[in-house]
Amino acid sequence: MYEIRIHSRGGQGGVTAAKLLALAAFRDHKYATAFPFYGAERRGAPVVSFVRIDENPIRVYSQIKKPGLIVVLDNSIMEVVDVLHGLRPGGKVLLNGTLPHDMKGFQTLSVDLTTIALRLNLVVAGSPILNTPVIGALAKMGIVSMDSAKLAISEMFSDDRNVQAAEAAYMELVL
Amino acid sequence: MLTIATGNKAVAAAVKQVSPEVIAAYPITPQTEIVEQIAEYVTNGELKSQYIPVESEHSAMAACIGASITGARTFTATSSHGLLYMHEMVNWAAGGRLPIVMANVNRALGPGWNIWAEHTDSMQERDTGWLQVYVSTVQEAYDTTLMAFRIAEHHEVLLPVMVNLDGFSLSHINQSLETVELGDFIPPLRLPHAIDVKNPRGYGPLTGPEEYFKFRWDIERSMRDSVKVIESTEKDFSQRFGRSYGFTDDYQCEDADVVIVSMGTIGKEAEVAIDLLRKEGIRAGSMRIRWFRPFPKLDLSGRDVVVIDRDYSFGYGGILAEAVRSTCRAEPYSVIAGLGGQEVTYDDIAGFIQGRRPGEEYWFGVTPDV
Repeated sequence: MYEIRIHSRGGQGGVTAAKLLALAAFRDHKYATAFPFYGAERRGAPVVSFVRIDENPIRVYSQIKKPGLIVVLDNSIMEVVDVLHGLRPGGKVLLNGTLPHDMKGFQTLSVDLTTIALRLNLVVAGSPILNTPVIGALAKMGIVSMDSAKLAISEMFSDDRNVQAAEAAYMELVL
Repeated sequence: MLTIATGNKAVAAAVKQVSPEVIAAYPITPQTEIVEQIAEYVTNGELKSQYIPVESEHSAMAACIGASITGARTFTATSSHGLLYMHEMVNWAAGGRLPIVMANVNRALGPGWNIWAEHTDSMQERDTGWLQVYVSTVQEAYDTTLMAFRIAEHHEVLLPVMVNLDGFSLSHINQSLETVELGDFIPPLRLPHAIDVKNPRGYGPLTGPEEYFKFRWDIERSMRDSVKVIESTEKDFSQRFGRSYGFTDDYQCEDADVVIVSMGTIGKEAEVAIDLLRKEGIRAGSMRIRWFRPFPKLDLSGRDVVVIDRDYSFGYGGILAEAVRSTCRAEPYSVIAGLGGQEVTYDDIAGFIQGRRPGEEYWFGVTPDV
């Protein structure tokens, strides 16, 4: 079972990113679950979302304690949250943009999702939309297939710029 | 159709297909997504229901009762304090023999204010005459909501059914969902005591001591009859759509020396704990109670029993443990865990089984300094 924890701020799309990723995995004919931890929901507050992907039905509901991959949609969260907590040995990190922080030796990839969203004018209520581009980056990492990523995005969003954003992130992420 | 959905969206999808004539509801976290989705179906024309946005849960159930007594199929959804606020009407719905279906998203009661999963809300409606079923997956939430209408409306039952799903851990998780082509699985509702203007009758008159107990017994008789209706409905559902459930969801129980009994999502995660223990050579099994009312006959003889209660009756004990103790003559190890959304992992559940002390009660996470 592959376990992913997504850190974001309320309104940035972390919860939807988890759902998109699960849907893409499902379209890859795998089992997947996605769920957020809901605290006091409000824009700007740190939010944690979880995704599990497996070949078999998933019977675990508790939060992910030892993820294999950590996704950070807003790097400023790293100043207030220990995002690496519980990351498995050999686990990976995907950041949005530059790497100013000590990632304690974990393999860390980065792609500028915010710039991709702004370039395509994917902005809702003043916030760049990060949930669709990040799925492209995760497809590049092999978590889901790019075909299923695009399928999942087009199932949930009619605006084609969301697929374009995923394609841009796929192209721009250097493995 | 195959897709992914939350537990809440799965319930709404089932309700859309069953197409109740009247839906009356008031939003409350973590149930709100159900009535929001249903309102959207009604607004965009996918669902031809009369949707009554009421000012409280008491009114929601009152509106359902008023609609149901005309013979209309009715649905509502609530949670926690909303369920308790409608408590008086919840009793009235069962006493009036009205086959209302209600989704209750299980949530703890305040104070302290808490929006996460616990079963104490629905347990406080235990003795109202409603059938109660507890589900553990998105698919099961959908399938069980469909079956709930057929069971409630069956002429040998005519009692309301409460479908319970854990707040957030099931209501808000995305899992795979396969919807079905319903066909004639749920026949049209024929309520024998529906209001008929051509045949006027009195409803809710004073019922004296010489008559009242007969109506109470009639509820119990139908509750007992509901057992075979549940069985036949689940069997037909399985034959048509290929998924079967039962009164309990038993996992590796046949040769088990110890069985863990629980409800809801913890009962599904318990299966992972059983897999871990079996690898260590411990013959453990999991029995997840689905139907809590009517309470099923459980075969737990000759084994150790561990019960997880996500609820509590103060001054007595875990409510599920009490039911197991009294109906099975077992001396369970009673674990109180998961209150107010407390995290309970499969490792924790394996620990309950390995550290069991039959006859004792254990509050998970409570230490002497609490």
